Amino acid sequence: METIDKIQQDIIEDFSMYEDWADKYEYIIEMGKTLAPLEEKYKTEDYRIHGCQSQVWLHADFDGKNIHFHADSDAFITKGLIALLVKVLSGHAPKAIIDIDLYFLSEIGLKEHLSPTRANGLASMVKQMKTYALAYQTKQVS
Amino acid sequence: MVNTNINMVPTTFDITAIREQFPILKTTIHGKPIVYLDNAASTQKPLRVMEATTKYYSEQYANIHRGVHTLSQIGTELYENTRLHAQQFLHARSEKEIIFTKGTTHGINLIAYSYAYQYLKSGDEIILSEMEHHSNIVPWQILQARHGFDIKVIPLQDNGTIEIEDFASLLTEKTKLVSISYISNALGTVNPIREIIQLAHENGTHVLVDAAQAVHHIPIDVQALDVDFLVCSGHKMYGPTGTGILYGKESLLEALPPFEGGGDMIKQVSFKKTTFNDLPFKFEAGTPNIAGIVALDEAFKFLDAVGFEQLVQHDQEILSYATEKLLSIDGMRIIGTAPEKVGVVSFLLGNLHPYDVGVILDNLGIAIRTGHHCTQPIMDRFGIPGTCRASFGIYTTKEEIDSLYNGLLRAKKMLS
Ligand SMILES: Cc1ncc(COP(=O)(O)O)c(C=O)c1O
Repeated sequence: METIDKIQQDIIEDFSMYEDWADKYEYIIEMGKTLAPLEEKYKTEDYRIHGCQSQVWLHADFDGKNIHFHADSDAFITKGLIALLVKVLSGHAPKAIIDIDLYFLSEIGLKEHLSPTRANGLASMVKQMKTYALAYQTKQVS
Repeated sequence: MVNTNINMVPTTFDITAIREQFPILKTTIHGKPIVYLDNAASTQKPLRVMEATTKYYSEQYANIHRGVHTLSQIGTELYENTRLHAQQFLHARSEKEIIFTKGTTHGINLIAYSYAYQYLKSGDEIILSEMEHHSNIVPWQILQARHGFDIKVIPLQDNGTIEIEDFASLLTEKTKLVSISYISNALGTVNPIREIIQLAHENGTHVLVDAAQAVHHIPIDVQALDVDFLVCSGHKMYGPTGTGILYGKESLLEALPPFEGGGDMIKQVSFKKTTFNDLPFKFEAGTPNIAGIVALDEAFKFLDAVGFEQLVQHDQEILSYATEKLLSIDGMRIIGTAPEKVGVVSFLLGNLHPYDVGVILDNLGIAIRTGHHCTQPIMDRFGIPGTCRASFGIYTTKEEIDSLYNGLLRAKKMLS
């Protein structure tokens, strides 16, 4: 498994090829299409992340060492955004996820999307992923 | 709707001159000239409204109503002048019938609380429609929990209209009040308000009209309509935010208790007994949005200068152009196809999520609204999570509709 840092660097490099906003969005949308399908049983209110205008569902498994995120959304762009986060954070230890500084978001021009007032809910997604990490870390310790 | 005979209207309408009065139309968004199509949420402000605000704060400002000093008196005069203008604009009988509010929501809450306190009890009924803005649903639900009255709902038809027969069948001897929008913000539907008021009155039922989307689209004569209460927001009619008007028949307002207590709304205060001020002040507690109300006068002047004939004609022309243009896109579904509509087009493009469409358009400098538009019951009625909504203003051009059309084609391509 690559380090979270390496994955962030790779995404920044990918994005650096794009000048145009449309290319960036197309990349994000394509990213969403690579997301593994989320089982229907997780597409419920319990797994829903609030703060997005579209619906986003997030589920996390823990194999005793690393957390694996699974997500979906009914909007392409939102799905792309959560896919980016899954790509960066999935498969890592709770502590790494809790401590991570997601600097790639500002590097690729998504920093303004992180504001909690934005309708896309990127901030809520990050928060929810970190909450899972905290929960699993607590479980691990106890 | 009101008058769609294009040939009747004089050709003095100069859209370039109109646009000149709105400085914001020259800004760019993501490097592109702004195409502002979110007018049902709020309209942009003409220069004269901004200039009046600046002038008031830089040359005329002081608190109003109780001052003997010159500035206080000037401010009071300006503030009361807007009231007279509002009275004329709505054709109210007396300026005592014009209450300044923060907006439509505040106006509805004011009437709802005062009216429920005075008149509504368990066993009573009120009628709303399925197309109401949350502002005209939630206050009633909160009060329902307190006073125990029932809420009946006029159902929506597939084209986004209501049937007058459905309304009539809901009226009973228990129906105290009907609270209904003149025009739907999510669908653009113009409701048969005149008939509704007539039927309600025959039944001894009061009517509150939410005219938030109507005041700048339809000339309103509250006396001709014989409406009991009517509310609107300044910010949707080219005026400042945080301003609104509540019209109420004098006799009815006299009979209602105050909604909020505080300064300005009293005659005498003592711990033994407090007496309330006369209308309209009885309903205006505390220091109001003076600068906003002062500048609201300029919004009335702006609307007067353009005139309803031109407002209506322009709106209808843009609406039909936009409707036709959008329908030429494959997969376009317009939600709300009432025969009488104003310049609001709610739509879904294929199975694309409105959020995605809105984001792509934003990157092209085009501002539309996506989501439920504070009308979740409408979305439930149509079984959709939300819509894209383009809504037009007096400055909207056909070129801007073309931009929307091209933007939608672009969005469709990017998202499929
Ligand atoms: C029909 C209708 N009613 C009520 C409101 C609420 O108005 P405000 O937010 O100005 O109080 C709106 C605004 O969207 C509206 O369109």
